[in-house]
Amino acid sequence: MLFYIFAVLAILSGAYMVLTRNLLYAGFSLLITLLSIAGIYVLLFADFIAVTQLMVYVGGVLVLILFGIMLSSRVHDKSVLSENVNKVWGTLVAGLILVGLSYTILKANISSLPWLQEAETDVLAQQKSTVQSIGVKLMTDFVLPFEIASLLLLIALMGAAYIATDNQKV
Amino acid sequence: MLAFVLTLVLLLGIVIVLAYAERKVAAFMQDRLGPTEAGPYGSLQSVLDVLKLLQKEDIVPAAADKSLFKLAPILIFAAVFAGFAVIPFTPDLVPAGIGIGVFYLLAIISLDVVGLLMAGWGSNNKYAMLGAMRSVAQIVSYEIPAGLAILSVVMICQSLDFQEISYQQGALMNQFPGLEYEINWLFGLEALGINTTTIGGITTWNIFRAPMLLVAFVIYFIASLAESNRAPFDIPEAESELVAGFHVEYSGFRFAVLFLAEYSMMVLVCLVAVILFLGSWNTPLPNIGPVSLAYWTTGTVGSVSGILWGGFWLLSKTFVLLFLQLQIRWTYPRLRVDQLMHLCWKVLTPIALGVVLIAGIWRLLMI
Repeated sequence: MLFYIFAVLAILSGAYMVLTRNLLYAGFSLLITLLSIAGIYVLLFADFIAVTQLMVYVGGVLVLILFGIMLSSRVHDKSVLSENVNKVWGTLVAGLILVGLSYTILKANISSLPWLQEAETDVLAQQKSTVQSIGVKLMTDFVLPFEIASLLLLIALMGAAYIATDNQKV
Repeated sequence: MLAFVLTLVLLLGIVIVLAYAERKVAAFMQDRLGPTEAGPYGSLQSVLDVLKLLQKEDIVPAAADKSLFKLAPILIFAAVFAGFAVIPFTPDLVPAGIGIGVFYLLAIISLDVVGLLMAGWGSNNKYAMLGAMRSVAQIVSYEIPAGLAILSVVMICQSLDFQEISYQQGALMNQFPGLEYEINWLFGLEALGINTTTIGGITTWNIFRAPMLLVAFVIYFIASLAESNRAPFDIPEAESELVAGFHVEYSGFRFAVLFLAEYSMMVLVCLVAVILFLGSWNTPLPNIGPVSLAYWTTGTVGSVSGILWGGFWLLSKTFVLLFLQLQIRWTYPRLRVDQLMHLCWKVLTPIALGVVLIAGIWRLLMI
């Protein structure tokens, strides 16, 4: 029941985000989409992912997007509106992706996947949250991708700091 | 559902007391009398303020973005109030004891920022917009030192659960499932060989268990002032230049909700500071030999005495911190924007990073 509420909310706000012309409203409906997806993550016992989603996307990315929209729109003193371009190609590509995805989903026999049948319903078992197992995995099996991701973020940080400085010496 | 209503009532009570205390402390520090008319010593003043606000007309500016304007106060208050869900009030009373409470709290508070932007934009007012922008820039920056300070606590305690962190800081530690065989050492140093597990009291508070958390506590407290837009970090609301910042266009009930959200934020950050650093609901009095002050002032877990003692210690420590916040407001002048950012990025953040490093090393000495 809860899943359907979150799913409907996510789809409706996602559709509104795509259809509305006002970029600011699109930003705020993205908030509802992200929140309901976080809700779905909680229902899937992925509490850490859900909170990370809130932290990174709502607290970071979305705020930056809204900030950008507000700063740019106040210059022209009217709300920023998006325009429709590439109607034919856009519809075509979107339609093709839809057909491809539905074909794959219908073709896949999800309920007979071996790992799904072996999986236990009691996901959390003794532990109170998934943090412990995620941490152990990150430091053992996935330590290389983890370190590469941190390196990438460091590079992005340095790049941002470089762009933001005044180039007085050059 | 019961937890929701109880927390809301408790919060309303605390905020009303706090609003009264704010006026009285302000008056005391400026050598005035403050409210004196309503009730003994003016103690009914804030109740009357609330009644007055509720009777006022709810004005929505004609040029405002109506739906955003109306939605913003609800979103702001909901974000702050959702943070209270993971706060343990007594040893066995916590609205939602989830395992990643600390992380959840940090995330849910950042929702507040979206509400502020919504209010600033929806008002269609230059002061409100500027206030919202400043407020968001400030909150987003100060989340970093605050987050790092909290991270060092999490590294020492090895848990993201507020209740587990609370139990670790008192004589009841071994009663928490999963902590039965943990041992607290004085200053967290096993080498000293002084076992404080059953001594409890102030010796097991986080700031004594790992002394560098005292630095983390100061960093967190400064950052939390900025996060709740309190003086000396109140440039978002700067009465003398921005009128009142993002809530300049609000009136009546909506203003009351914003006001409530602001004061709830103060209460929330102080509660978090108490739980993470100052021993949560644990008593400050240690067991000294046969005089087991800690057990006497803790009560038994699960009984009425445990609830009363726990709530008493938690709230009294919180009120001490809140009083400190009020006092700071009337002591220090407002910081400029560049000073604000300088303090955050060049002073607090490097120190917080250093504390995180030391906390990691200290943890190795604790086991």
